[in-house]
Amino acid sequence: MAAVSGLMRRPLEQVSGLLRRRFHRTAPAALQVTVRDAINQGMDEELERDEKVFLLGEEVAQYDGAYKVSRGLWKKYGDKRIIDTPISEMGFAGIAVGAAMAGLRPICEFMTFNFSMQAIDQVINSAAKTYYMSGGLQPVPIVFRGPNGASAGVAAQHSQCFAAWYGHCPGLKVVSPWNSEDAKGLIKSAIRDNNPVVVLENELMYGVPFELPSEAQSKDFLIPIGKAKIERQGTHITVVAHSRPVGHCLEAATVLSKEGIECEVINMRTIRPMDIETIEASVMKTNHLVTVEGGWPQFGVGAEVCARIMEGPAFNFLDA
Amino acid sequence: MRKMLAAVSRVLGVAQKPASRVLVASRNFANDATFEIKKCDLHRLEEGPPVTTVLTREDGLKYYRMMQTVRRMELKADQLYKQKIIRGFCHLCDGQEACCVGLEAGINPTDHLITAYRAHGFTFTRGLSVREILAELTGRRGGCAKGKGGSMHMYAKNFYGGNGIVGAQVPLGAGIALACKYNGKDEVCLTLYGDGAANQGQIFEAYNMAALWKLPCIFICENNRYGMGTSVERAAASTDYYKRGDFIPGLRVDGMDVLCVREATRFAAAYCRSGKGPILMELQTYRYHGHSMSDPGVSYRTREEIQEVRSKSDPIMLLKDRMVNSNLASVEELKEIDVEVRKEIEDAAQFATADPEPPLEELGYHIYSSDPPFEVRGANQWIKFKSIS
Repeated sequence: MAAVSGLMRRPLEQVSGLLRRRFHRTAPAALQVTVRDAINQGMDEELERDEKVFLLGEEVAQYDGAYKVSRGLWKKYGDKRIIDTPISEMGFAGIAVGAAMAGLRPICEFMTFNFSMQAIDQVINSAAKTYYMSGGLQPVPIVFRGPNGASAGVAAQHSQCFAAWYGHCPGLKVVSPWNSEDAKGLIKSAIRDNNPVVVLENELMYGVPFELPSEAQSKDFLIPIGKAKIERQGTHITVVAHSRPVGHCLEAATVLSKEGIECEVINMRTIRPMDIETIEASVMKTNHLVTVEGGWPQFGVGAEVCARIMEGPAFNFLDA
Repeated sequence: MRKMLAAVSRVLGVAQKPASRVLVASRNFANDATFEIKKCDLHRLEEGPPVTTVLTREDGLKYYRMMQTVRRMELKADQLYKQKIIRGFCHLCDGQEACCVGLEAGINPTDHLITAYRAHGFTFTRGLSVREILAELTGRRGGCAKGKGGSMHMYAKNFYGGNGIVGAQVPLGAGIALACKYNGKDEVCLTLYGDGAANQGQIFEAYNMAALWKLPCIFICENNRYGMGTSVERAAASTDYYKRGDFIPGLRVDGMDVLCVREATRFAAAYCRSGKGPILMELQTYRYHGHSMSDPGVSYRTREEIQEVRSKSDPIMLLKDRMVNSNLASVEELKEIDVEVRKEIEDAAQFATADPEPPLEELGYHIYSSDPPFEVRGANQWIKFKSIS
């Protein structure tokens, strides 16, 4: 299957030199792809697959994306599908939601999620709640994406993590990819999902290369929303994280391993709906839990994980 | 003559013909009549809608019935609210019937419409039945949103509500217009907001993008002179709402005259369909009720003002007078329509009162679309609700 899709895959010339392989006949081996390029590929494939998908946001077209995530897409798809907006978050987020209500499948980019606060009414009240309030008549198939959380020295106004804020609201799905495979699979699932999905990327991860396994190179590679992944098996302690901190946890696990402590590292991948079952099963095995995140602790993602563990069967398995 | 009889029977929708009806049927009505309508004030437009229009008997009877239905439906909602059968929010539009009926008359069913919370009239003109609307107001399972939306969240084909957040519907409407342009089907989107909402910043963001991208969006300000309890003079530095789109051409329309609204809408829709971009319409209208059922509506305006509008500019009275004076219909005929409308509303209200509420088991339904069923935590961790799409 992977071999066939490898043969059929068109070269994505503008995206990355690494992918300029027109004539290979065998299945591609795992190749190094940055998170940025993975998101780019995911969007490119979905734009090609479905006419109704389009991207709008500040600087996404002619600038190739503020962080170059949408590089090459405007050249390939033109003004109709890749739309530069004025600096009007509330306005263009509302326009995107309206377009979704009318049957299109917009990807609405926020330059960072800090600016989504300007538009948060459209995300929550116009997008998230509508399917419920209409008694199931009006779906809103929209994706809101952009970098979330801390960057390097950008100060408080540009560093907030919105996982807890968006994760609080029913009707929304919220995903938080860590590596390239996550980024590609989750953006594709988000675009194909008929619900409003918030994709919380991370600016510092954009330039980091990861091995993209062969399955992930298929045009139909999807990661299911609502399922966590155990990145590293362990027996002594469960460590749960999402986004960039997953990498830190894996590094910590390597250090602890030398001292004989084996960490089980869980990459949440999805904030809402949360895959608490995977975490519970792990805690019931290891009896210890640490949550790691980039957001503030009060009312945060970790607080929710702990609350759910406390409420569920895994509570009785915790030691100390 | 036979055609006339057939037309009358069709409109009156009756099978029997008692003596009085035979008398009505045998009278010679005019087929149509020409009326003068008020000239619209223009902004950045060389020409406006025509100042005369032809109204056919058939259309006249249709508009009359529709306006009367909206009027009686709103008054019934008032009654049900006072009996506490409807609760929550209830924003009534009696007085503004010419707006919803006139707008619908100027567009096609394939066009799109979105408005704010004073939406019952539009919900009806866009095709839902009085039954479904009243049952939604009373929160029953026969309601158009299964009882989960209420007054402000009713949806129909090409009708996107019913929106509770003031002004948020305007960028949504521009987005629907973007979809119209994207799909290339010559459809337009009517995006309504009130005089209060007209001061929201996101509306100006929507104006900018609609004009930049030439979206087929008709921005319509339903100016009923009061944003809740704040009169336009106290809320807006410029009350020329039809000019507030600045670079967007605008029309100021007499919103109490259904024919004026219809002509202006036809004009605006033709403008948009020709690809020239958005256009703005201000409908000058008036609401008899307060802002909502919890507002008596007399602390910020006088009863004399309300009475004056009712006696001089009532939209239903204006249409009725025109039709009777031009021999398009008789007083008796219109009275019969009134009787039929009252019955329809009464039946709908009975249904809305008797229909059961949605079952508690369905509380968690419709959280996500197109998803397999899952469980939702209830008030504590041992209460789970099933959620299906």
